[in-house]
Amino acid sequence: MTTVINIPPSLDDRTFESVLQQLAPLPPDEKVLIDTRHTRWASPYGLTALLALAQTRAERPALYAPEADETASYWARAQFFRYAEGLFEMHGSVPRARGAGESDVLLEITPVAKSEDVHEVVGRIQSKAQAILAKELNLDPRATMGFAMTLSEACQNIVEHAGRGGWVAVQTYRWQKRLGRRVVQIAVCDAGIGFRQSLESAQARRGDRWDDAMALEDAVIRSVSRFRDAGRGQGLAGIRRYVGRWDGKLSIRSGTARIAIVPSWDEDIPLEEQLPPFPGAQVLITIPERTAAR
Amino acid sequence: MINHIDLGTVLRRTVCDLYSDLVTRPTGAAVRSGIEQQLADAKERTLTVIDFTHVGLLDYSCADEIVAKLLVSYCEPAGERGNIARLVPPRDCYFLFKGVSDSHLDAIDAVLQRRGLALVAQTDDGISLLIGTVDDRERRAWEAVTRLGRAMPADIAGEVGLEEPQAEILLNGLSRRRLIMRFDEGYVAVGTGP
Repeated sequence: MTTVINIPPSLDDRTFESVLQQLAPLPPDEKVLIDTRHTRWASPYGLTALLALAQTRAERPALYAPEADETASYWARAQFFRYAEGLFEMHGSVPRARGAGESDVLLEITPVAKSEDVHEVVGRIQSKAQAILAKELNLDPRATMGFAMTLSEACQNIVEHAGRGGWVAVQTYRWQKRLGRRVVQIAVCDAGIGFRQSLESAQARRGDRWDDAMALEDAVIRSVSRFRDAGRGQGLAGIRRYVGRWDGKLSIRSGTARIAIVPSWDEDIPLEEQLPPFPGAQVLITIPERTAAR
Repeated sequence: MINHIDLGTVLRRTVCDLYSDLVTRPTGAAVRSGIEQQLADAKERTLTVIDFTHVGLLDYSCADEIVAKLLVSYCEPAGERGNIARLVPPRDCYFLFKGVSDSHLDAIDAVLQRRGLALVAQTDDGISLLIGTVDDRERRAWEAVTRLGRAMPADIAGEVGLEEPQAEILLNGLSRRRLIMRFDEGYVAVGTGP
């Protein structure tokens, strides 16, 4: 039996929760068909999370491509189909893949599994980021290097902790409804062991409460690492500093919880628990356009 | 003896000749290993100039692997106050960091603060900066030694509001932290030369 999972018309970090709610009651070996036919828009988080979702299924899932040419074309430019074809049984009309670097996407979906991949990501983003962050988002030129550092540290989270490969993507777009400004978003998603299991390997003893939410609080707020080395845990601390400096937002989902460093322009919840389970870690960093008044 | 280590060259020699960014811990560990191999040949007191001029990006993880872990081997962290049992430097090495951009400084300062370490960096126009964990008195003493070129405890005592014996303790602490060098005839700030 195949269960159809309906992907919403607009797929981002919020609406992806509805996908996970549909998956939650299903055993991992149940065949699913991810139906994106009516999806018209997807954020970098939405696309990378879909790839991570496929990794969580014991039975190879099927994916129905978007019907709208414009949407399918964008997903192709973002290299989604290039990696989806290795993870899903593909159905519907899939546009011909283009080579990476030929599109208007700031950083196409890129697999991250080892240190060399992080070098590749950082090298590619720097050539495009400087012009786009300064011209489109009015960010100070100093923000560009920090942006690449933030991207590097977010990707290293996969290399160091996930236990399996994941994906990263970066894009700028206009966040009309939520903010009325342009934003740049970094999405880094994996379906690895997640924060709780990663930190468990170094925690000799835990109190009564030890769950995904507490693991996220330890890692993000208290910079705890599974490594005993005092220098560890600086990656997420550095990301927090960068996000704070540029009035951005950091959100990390792992297991059944999600933690967010919420700026004044957003009304998100700092810590959400009892979400539908999803393995690994899904990191979303949002940096907004600087306005003249700021 | 003065060593000059171009980090861009070490990166290309030890990791990949196409890279110019210092990112990831494995890269940092390989570069630090390359630096330590060069330091291993030193038999006497050395000043090693670590040059970032040809380095693009430096992330926190790599800064920790290269800069902080290198200093941990040779320098006393803040607050140790001469705990010799904890620190036995393999060699009498001092470090001066050159070609450091603002974004490099951001990463380096963060990792130094995390481990209670400090270092001396030199800007392109030759100005020395003290970066990392230093208290106000240590900073004033270091600035005075830098300004004077060569200083004795008596010269520094008045600058920092201490008696001469306490000023000597303060200077010896800065020397163990490898921020100034001690010579028979006084103390010299790293980078200004005896």
